[in-house]
Amino acid sequence: MMKKYVIIGNGVASAACIEGIRSADRDGRITVISEEKHEVYCRPLISYYLEGKTDLAHMRYRSEDYYERTGAEVLYGRKAVRIRTADQTVELEDGTHIPYTELCVAAGSSPFVPPFAGLSSVKTKFSFMTLDDALALEKALKPESRVLIVGAGLIGLKCAEGILKRVGSVTVCDLADRVLSSILDADCAALVQQHLEAQGIRFFLNDSVGHFEENTAYMTGGAVVPFDTLVLAVGVRANTALLKEAGGEVGRGIVVDERMRTSADHIWAAGDCTEGMDSSSGRPRVIAILPNAYMQGFTAGVNMAGESAVFDQAIPMNSIGFFGMHVMTAGVCEGEMYEERTADSLKRLFMKDDLLKGFILIGGNERAGIYTSMIREKTPLSSVNFDLLKQAATTAAFPAEIRRKKFGGVV
Amino acid sequence: MKRVYVNEAWCLACHLCEYNCAFANSGLSDMVLALKGKSIYPRIHVEGDEKISYAVSCRHCEDPICVRSCIAGALSKEDGVIRIDREKCVGCFTCILVCPYGALAPDKDGVMQKCELCLQNSSGEPACVKGCPNRAIVYEERGEA
Repeated sequence: MMKKYVIIGNGVASAACIEGIRSADRDGRITVISEEKHEVYCRPLISYYLEGKTDLAHMRYRSEDYYERTGAEVLYGRKAVRIRTADQTVELEDGTHIPYTELCVAAGSSPFVPPFAGLSSVKTKFSFMTLDDALALEKALKPESRVLIVGAGLIGLKCAEGILKRVGSVTVCDLADRVLSSILDADCAALVQQHLEAQGIRFFLNDSVGHFEENTAYMTGGAVVPFDTLVLAVGVRANTALLKEAGGEVGRGIVVDERMRTSADHIWAAGDCTEGMDSSSGRPRVIAILPNAYMQGFTAGVNMAGESAVFDQAIPMNSIGFFGMHVMTAGVCEGEMYEERTADSLKRLFMKDDLLKGFILIGGNERAGIYTSMIREKTPLSSVNFDLLKQAATTAAFPAEIRRKKFGGVV
Repeated sequence: MKRVYVNEAWCLACHLCEYNCAFANSGLSDMVLALKGKSIYPRIHVEGDEKISYAVSCRHCEDPICVRSCIAGALSKEDGVIRIDREKCVGCFTCILVCPYGALAPDKDGVMQKCELCLQNSSGEPACVKGCPNRAIVYEERGEA
């Protein structure tokens, strides 16, 4: 019997799911329910678009014939409102019921907007999650615009970088006492902040908007910040409601196992809407990064098609640049720390239980993937020349036998 | 699928492969014009210590984590070769963050580049292999997918 695959969402996890399914099943019918009216695109590139470093054509994630080639049908501008597990259908807003044999929820996340007093009085305000958000923001930007960005996380700061050269001023505020508080410790965050301030971005940290009055933000710290364009980048929440209402288990995200199975029969989940195991910390968490979305989506697809795939090496990791300064982080900052500083770089490695648990690299990121692979693969530090590895990420620090295996053996 | 392999025991750490790579990918026909007095950005590099050395280039992995992680959809695998669309690359370095071999590095402008086995440049076959004076680098089929 030909399977009917349905995927809710049309981001990278969804594309990966299509590719996972097609690696095992050429024939099954695939239906994608896409709220956004765009073919799958590279969501993290929206700030690069505003910066002029890419354009709409290059933001396409896959080739123009992608859906034709994969035989996936996309329902654009349609919204899933209910998963009916009893008859295995997805109900759309317009009342249509789409039957599934296997369903993947790849619904992503939504911006979280705290109830700021007076927010409704602000006329020109945006989120910064989707291409449509970026296009709407672009329309509002003028050379003299004074932009206030609430949130100094990855989204808020990439937005700041993307628009800085196009506007009069950019101010960023955050309740946290440092920038990028989800991935950087205080010292590293200070370096990034200094670099951003040197470009002309102004910060109010450890501070919050007490209330808005039209185009003015009154900070709890006492400052008064006039602006004409507001970007809300406080945080995101996983889109879990559909699965929760269908009786599936959700935490901060949809709970999935290492095969991307949810607790509900024939329902899988992948990407930013999920909560899986962080193998570096051993604790479940939402890891809302593109590589994770792809690997989860592909794994889900393979399993949905009846073959077997496991993804049990998920770790948080980010590579992010701001005005030429590159920051890389992976794993968790737990345990003993090794540090190296130069004039323009900072390296912090974190070790515990004979394992590399995490790192932060600012500048100096050559071959950093060797460190990342050691976290993912849980390479015992006692099995490698870690004194050499601390100084530079190199496979020369691995035992010859392991290295030869990695590189394909000897002649 | 033929790949580039290196025999550590034969590698002399002469770095000629790096120069041959940079020349093959320079688009120029004169090696002096291509390389003399310039910083080079090869897609293969010699690693090692005082005891052992070996050249590292893309392994064209069966399950390529760089392709899966690329935030710009710039990396893809076609006919066994991992290629980069440099027009799509935004220089985020996520591929550097994930490649377990340390096989990717940016060019002078911060755009990523990688070994594509010289299939699309004037060399037509891996220049690192062709120019290796001790035949430490080989291009052959070893049965990997």
